[in-house]
Amino acid sequence: MVTAVISDADLRRRAWDAAAQVVDPEIPVLTIADLGVLRDVVVQDGRVEVAITPTYSGCPAMNMIALEIELALEREGIRGPKIRTLLAPAWTTDWMSEDGRRKLKEYGIAPPLPGSSRRALFGQQQVACPRCGSEDTELLSEFGSTSCKALWRCRSCREPFDYFKCH
Amino acid sequence: MPIANIQVSETPLVLFTLRRADDALILGHRLSEWCGHAPTLEEDMALANMGLDLLGQARELYSYAAKVEGKANDEDKFAYLRDVRQYRNLLLVEQPNGDFARTMVRQFFYAAFADLYWRAMMQSKDATLAAIAAKSEKESAYHLRHASEWVIRLGDGTEESHRRAQTAIDDLWSFTGEMFAIDDSDRGLIDAGIAVDPAPLQPQWLKTITAVANEATLALPASNWMQQGGRSGRHSEHLGHLLSELQSLQRTFPGATW
Repeated sequence: MVTAVISDADLRRRAWDAAAQVVDPEIPVLTIADLGVLRDVVVQDGRVEVAITPTYSGCPAMNMIALEIELALEREGIRGPKIRTLLAPAWTTDWMSEDGRRKLKEYGIAPPLPGSSRRALFGQQQVACPRCGSEDTELLSEFGSTSCKALWRCRSCREPFDYFKCH
Repeated sequence: MPIANIQVSETPLVLFTLRRADDALILGHRLSEWCGHAPTLEEDMALANMGLDLLGQARELYSYAAKVEGKANDEDKFAYLRDVRQYRNLLLVEQPNGDFARTMVRQFFYAAFADLYWRAMMQSKDATLAAIAAKSEKESAYHLRHASEWVIRLGDGTEESHRRAQTAIDDLWSFTGEMFAIDDSDRGLIDAGIAVDPAPLQPQWLKTITAVANEATLALPASNWMQQGGRSGRHSEHLGHLLSELQSLQRTFPGATW
């Protein structure tokens, strides 16, 4: 029997590709790669370690995401990966990919305004309605259905919508 | 059979981290008590969201304290298996919710401090504390804005809402001094650039509080007499009641897991 020798680089690429497909359980159109939650995959002596970073401190999706990564790697035949949580550097919405922003908007959630600086946190916010594109919108509640979202309403099409807050 | 409390080796860094973790856990727990009882649905979500942020901060801090201590303790043991005298939180955060005005004034006092404090802590030479600070700072900023808006709305609202907001300010004021106090255990960490001295933050805190109070047509008490004790485990009677609820499951069914 011939056992194919898998190089660490190959294994790393396969592990990354598998982990990158894992989606946020609360926002299933976004993968953890889109979100910038997937930080690194390291392979050492055939052992895989996946580094992820939490979004909001209390985000309950993190445990679920870690479990989903393990399952995704398992499906690729990669057993017993270590999932490491990286706190530094701290995650920011600026890490969300362009593709991720587009997918969010198509899903009906207004993407975070770029620039997670305090100005973006506290400055004049102009959030465009993800449905009709109007900028005539208003904030209903600073805190929405998950830690990362606020509740807004469009004055043009009258639809309420979620806004992914700057962090 | 009573369940033994854990023993904690309170080296300066462990104690420092536990104090911050306890602040976040206890205030977060207080906010969670509002779940299903807030004046509006949006506010119910807001209070739960803020509580969740604080719980998240507490978990990261407890986990770090456990790592630094290097014993058999972990985040759950710190939360569930310490008694009142072992808790190190500020007296302010354990005060009962009272009415909505009191909850918001308590949140306002704390968030105005946490916002400044965590921003300063981002410069900590301890990389983990600096990273936790970077998250907590943004979350505190949202909490501060939310609480400030409510204090203004209540203070400058009806005669009744004004009266309640003013009563809350008067009653809670003496718990605010403790946020800026340090002890010998902190001093070494401050000198080493690991912790931040909160005392120089007080003028900026007072400026924020004064600006919002003015807009809210509320008066700040003239008294400078301040309560202390939480940081060394001398608490008001309210913390024991809170813990008896928070810890009831682990105390009744030791080691229970989901």
